[in-house]
Parts: sequence; structure tokens; C-alpha cells
Amino acid sequence: MSAKEGEPAVRVRGLIKQHGKGEGLVRAVDGVDLDVAAGETLAVMGPSGCGKSTLLYLLGGLDRPTRGEVWLSGRRIDQLSERALARMRRDSIGFVFQAFHLMDELTAVENVELPALLAGRSPRAARKAASSLLEQVGLADRSGHLPSELSGGQCQRVAIARALINMPLVVLADEPTGNLDSAATRDVLRLFDTLHSAGQTLIIVTHDPRIAATANRMISMRDGAFVDETRLTGGVQGTLAELTGLGG
Amino acid sequence: MVLLVIAVAVTALTLGLALKGTTDNPYQQTRTATAGPDVVANYVGRDGGPASLDALTQASGVVGHSGPYPIANPVLRADGDAVTVTAEGRDSSATSVDQPEVTSGSWVRPGGIVVERGLADSLGLRAGDPITLSGLSFRVAGVAVTAAMPSYPMSEPGLIWVTRADAQRLGAPAAPVFYVMNLKLADPADAQAFADAHSRTGLSLMTSQFISDQDASLVVNSQQDLLVGSWLLALLAAASVAVLVGGRMAEQTRRVGLLKAVGSTPGLVTAVLLAENLLLALLAAAAGLLAGRLTAPLLTSPGAGLIGTPGPPSLSLSSAALVTAAALAVAMIATAIPAVRAARSSTVRSLTDSARPPRRHGKLIVASAGLPVPLLLGLRLAVRRPRRSLLTVCSIAVTVTTLIAVLTFQRYADNSARAYGSFGAANPQNARNSQVLLVITIALVVLAAISAIFTTWATVQDARRPSALARALGATPEQVTAGLSAAQLLPALLGAVLGIPLGLGLYAAVSSGQSLPVPPAWSLAAVVLASLLVLAGLTAIPARIGARHSVAEVLQADAT
Repeated sequence: MSAKEGEPAVRVRGLIKQHGKGEGLVRAVDGVDLDVAAGETLAVMGPSGCGKSTLLYLLGGLDRPTRGEVWLSGRRIDQLSERALARMRRDSIGFVFQAFHLMDELTAVENVELPALLAGRSPRAARKAASSLLEQVGLADRSGHLPSELSGGQCQRVAIARALINMPLVVLADEPTGNLDSAATRDVLRLFDTLHSAGQTLIIVTHDPRIAATANRMISMRDGAFVDETRLTGGVQGTLAELTGLGG
Repeated sequence: MVLLVIAVAVTALTLGLALKGTTDNPYQQTRTATAGPDVVANYVGRDGGPASLDALTQASGVVGHSGPYPIANPVLRADGDAVTVTAEGRDSSATSVDQPEVTSGSWVRPGGIVVERGLADSLGLRAGDPITLSGLSFRVAGVAVTAAMPSYPMSEPGLIWVTRADAQRLGAPAAPVFYVMNLKLADPADAQAFADAHSRTGLSLMTSQFISDQDASLVVNSQQDLLVGSWLLALLAAASVAVLVGGRMAEQTRRVGLLKAVGSTPGLVTAVLLAENLLLALLAAAAGLLAGRLTAPLLTSPGAGLIGTPGPPSLSLSSAALVTAAALAVAMIATAIPAVRAARSSTVRSLTDSARPPRRHGKLIVASAGLPVPLLLGLRLAVRRPRRSLLTVCSIAVTVTTLIAVLTFQRYADNSARAYGSFGAANPQNARNSQVLLVITIALVVLAAISAIFTTWATVQDARRPSALARALGATPEQVTAGLSAAQLLPALLGAVLGIPLGLGLYAAVSSGQSLPVPPAWSLAAVVLASLLVLAGLTAIPARIGARHSVAEVLQADAT
């Protein structure tokens, strides 16, 4: 799915997410406004518990806001039905999680092809695309392995391949290097850099300044609200199709 | 829930054991009320006539008698029904041995017959009804019970009483009248020895014990059905309890980790988990024993052929101990493996409550390539929990086995009813068996339904993470629901198919010797299909609820 001409890939207005009631009321996200342009890489940083991950889940339609609006390429998504949200996620969003969140029961290639199968692609086409992506992330020889047979870095690379298989409008990454050692972190950094260069819209929640440094813009968050915004270097240098070799 | 499942099984087992000897008391009451004989002698030879029986009155140990009475076998027709009966010719005056107790109407008179109550019930006859015997018109004067003959249908043909003169009239030339005599002995305990000593060609002797046993056989089949049913229920309960306990163990993983972290040995952890479930089993056994004892009288009616009411169900201390031991064994078997496994698991893993990674099944991976996503996920989830899948196979196999056995019995009963239909009388034994089988079937189906719901719920709980993940990747709630249901339906299909030969085998084993009236293939297929459809409906509810868990909450919890 490609972004509509002139529309930001992601637009958020007055976003609030509350948990609990009365004395125990917590505003995990407190009145956030945000525009992310197509092809932009945005890093969101902040201390643990500041609401970064909640914001990411709201942007990806995994959670519903208490108030406010979330728009994806000109389409408001916060009021969609569960089924419509599911379709939106499979077509427009790619997720990369800190805990990888691969299906333990499925092999690496099956994990990667799952969103394509859910989107209705034929098993053969899905398998071909998944194998190609695994090759891109350097895991062609591990495609038949279960997640329990892969290292953390390999799992995260499988997760990144999975996030890309439906050529999403935006990739949302939640602490993608949080569970990785230095070598694996370097591999993932390289992949994100390549994605950024290929013009993939990326929103990355991270503690890691090295990841944040690959972004065009960095936002600092505290107590559910944006407190600082820094524009960094960066720019579009290719297309996702070129990166994945799958065609446009 | 563990309590309920075990209690249902214990109730059935209690019923099975409590039915033992329930007709003894009514037979004794009937015997007392009718001055029942100790030995009944039938002379069916062609020579000698009543004189052959008269000699018995002089035999050693005989202190009283009635008869000889003439017997004929006319065809009774009433309201479109036709049935061959045993017509015993009686005097209108009372006798000191075997004077049938008239329960409605009056005793025999010329043109007026009395019908044994079991037969009267089957034919729907009441005092005043017109009937014919071998074409001669009569009226039903009354209905009575006797202890000198097993009641219908344990004794066939059924018994009626007529006057001596009418009995003689009814003796067809092709089937001449024969005679019966009722004997009272000085010591009733000598009845069998007396019968053995005096039996000879043409003279058969029947003891009161034999008659009592025949009457009891009316409920013996029911007792056998209940016992088999209760063991099936116990099997199903064991499978259900295993799933429930497994679910409870999964919920207690963190608690186990805490116990071990503060110094509990694996043995102590196992003991704590076992004690908890065994206590529940003990409570369930008590509830089941009480429920079984209270409901037993509903199934222990002695039948229309006897008067009086059964005594309290004979639930001895040993039976109660057996039932309790069975309940504890079910809980022990179901708890032992998960308890030991939980106790042996890594403390750190228990504290983090993380699931064990699945094993690699290379052939399965190849075989399931290309399956639709819900089936693929369902298959992998089912394979990941082999013990639970096996329990699902067992649950459905037990249920379908019972349904097929009941269906086979029903076919036998239908065939039997058709055969009886030619004589015009219903078979109360089949009716009683149908009643008992209905109770067992309902109990099994309810238990299987509960088991299916909780097994699915356990799967839903286990599959929270993959379900949430599938939804995050774009699976709709319907696709996730289908996947979770498939995880139950795939092993259930195997269990349902296995249930067909097992059900036929069970019927063959229980009916020992009877021909196997195999139901038509379409009805066997319908049972399997209906079981799977019901299961699909039942599993869809918890699966649907599970598919609506907040994705964000599940994934965030898993990340911490």
C-alpha cells in the first residue's frame, strides 16, 4: 500500500490513552499530535513507562485510544471495526517487536509468509516472497528452523522480513534491539539503515541512540506527552521494492 | 469445575453399584402377600396328567400345596393386539399356597379373566376391558401379581388366570392342557435340593429363588448398562479433569516458581499440588455418593410384576470406598504428571511463566505446507500440546462410542419391538434399558460438552500469545477463532471416527452373544458429523472470547 499524494503517512491529533479509574487513573498517552511523512524515519525516545510503546500500539491499530484521531494515509483508523483494523494491519503496517513475537510453532519462512497468506496471496507466491526476504536479511539457510532454534539476532531479522512482506505503508518497531547483543544489534541497525535509505516509512521506539541516529527526526517523550523534537539528517535514496527485490 | 466433573462420574458409579439387589425386597413382599410357593412344578408330559404332580404332595419336606391347575396357551386378542398367553385355570375360592394378590378389579369368575400386572401394563389392559381367548369372548375381571411365576416379560408367554372350566375349554387339540402345582416346603432353603431330586423328563421344577432372580434380571441389564456407562463417564471425567488440572497448573506456574524460590523441594511442590486436587476429588466423591444414593430409587422400580417398593439402595461401605477410591484415582492420574512436571521445571522459567518451546516435527511441517492459515495454526497448536490433543481424542472417542452403542441398542430395541409387535405387547425391559441409556447418554454428552469447552479454554489461554500475534499481523477475529477451533476439531475428528468401531465393539461385548444389529452407515456418519458440529459450536464460544483479548495487553505482557 502506498501513501496518498500530499497526505502524511501517519497523522495523529489529540491522542489520549487512559488506563484505570479515579485515583488509579493513568494517562499513558496524553494529548499527542504527530505527522509522519511518507518515507520519513521517526525515532521516539524516552524513559521506560513514558508511553512510547502504547503510542506505537495505537498507531498500529493494536489498541484503541480513549480520545483523539489516528489517520493512516488519509484514512481514519481509530474507529474501524476489529475486522477492518485487521485488514488495515495486514495491508499497511509492519510490526517489529522487542520480544520478536515470532510464532513458536512456525518455521522462519512460515513466520515470514504468514502476513502474506493472511492477505490472500497464494501459498506459492507467499513462499517465494518470504524466501527472497529471508535471503535479503541473510537467513536463507535458516528458513526451515523454528524460532527456538535461532539466536535472538536471527529471530529479529526474521521479524523484520515478516514486517516487510506485504510492503507496508509504515513499519512500526518497538525497541527492536532491546533484547539483542552487540553483534546482533549491528545487523539490525544495518537493516534499518537500508530500509530508511529505501524510503520505507519507519517509526521506531527505542532507548538506543544509535538507532535514533538513523532517523530523520527524533521525538522525546515523557509522561505520555512529547517534550522535545529534533530534526536529524536523512533522506530517501531508493524504494522498498528495490530493497526487497520483489517489484513494485 | 474439577469438583463437578468428578461428582458426575461418581454419581453414575454410585447408581450402578446401588442398583444391586434392588428387586429382592419387592419380591419378598410379593411372596408374603401372595403366600408364594417354594417350588413350582410344571407337568408338560403327555402321560400321567395331574396324577404325576399329585405324587409330589407326598414327597418328603412338602408341607403344603395348591393345584394341580390346568394350563392352556390360547391367543389373547385385545384392541387390535394379539399375544399368546399362559392361561392358568383357578378356583374362585382362595388357596393357602400362591393366592395371587388382586391389585385392581376382582378374582376370576366364569367368563372373567385376571391378567398378570406386567402383561396388563404392556397390553394396556384394565378391569372391564373386553378380550378374546382363541376366539372366545371374555372380560378382564382384574389385574394381579404373583410370586409363583416371573413377571412379564421375564416370563414369556405372559400369565393370565381363568376358571378351571375355561382353561379346559381353551386347550386346543394341538396343544393339550398341561398342569402346574405350587409346593410349600418345611424348609424353604431346601427348595433347590428338592427341585434337583424330583426333576425328570416332562416334569420341571422352579424354585422361588430362580423366580426372584428372573424378576431381578429386569434391572440387572440396567445395572450393567449403568456400570459400563459409569466407567465410560469415569474415563471421560479423567480426561476432563486432566485438562482442567493442566489448566490450573498452567495458572499456578508462577506460584510454583515462588515456592521453589523460597526453598520448597520438588517433592513438597508436588505434594502441595496433589493435595489440592485430591481434596477437591474427595469433596466431589462425597457429593457424587450423596447424589447417586438420592437418585438411585428413580431407577430401581421393581417393575409392574411385583408389589411393594425397593429397599434403600444397597450402597455398602465397601461400595462407597470403591467409589471414593475411583474418584481419588481419577484426580491422582490427572494431577500426577503435570504436578511432577511443574515441580521439576526450572525455577527461573516458572517465575517468568514462559512456555516451553515446541518440538520440531519435520514431516508435519512438510505435510501442512499450503494449508489455509486457520488450519495450519490449529494443527500446529494441536501438535504442540500432544497430551491435551490425546485427551480430546479420548473424550470424543468415549462420547461417540457411547452414542454408537446406544444407537446400536436402539436398533436392537426397534427390531425387538417389531418382533414383539407381532404379539402385540411392549417390552418393559427394553423400555427400562432405554431409560437408563438415556440418563447415561445425557450425562456423558453434558460431561463431554463441559470438557470440550474447558479444553478449548485451556487452549485459548495457552494460545493467547500466538492468537494476539496473528491478529497483530492481520488475522481477523474469525480467522483466529477458526484456528483455535481447528486445534480441537482435528484431534476430535480422529476420536469421532475411532468411536464407531469402539461403540460397536462395546455393544457386542456388553450384549454378549446377541447378534450385532449394526445401524445403517448414514446414521453412523450422522453421529460423527453431529458430534463434530456440536463440538465446533461449543469450541467457537471460548475461542471467540479468546480471539477478543486485547492484542496490545497480551503482547506487552509477553514483552515484560
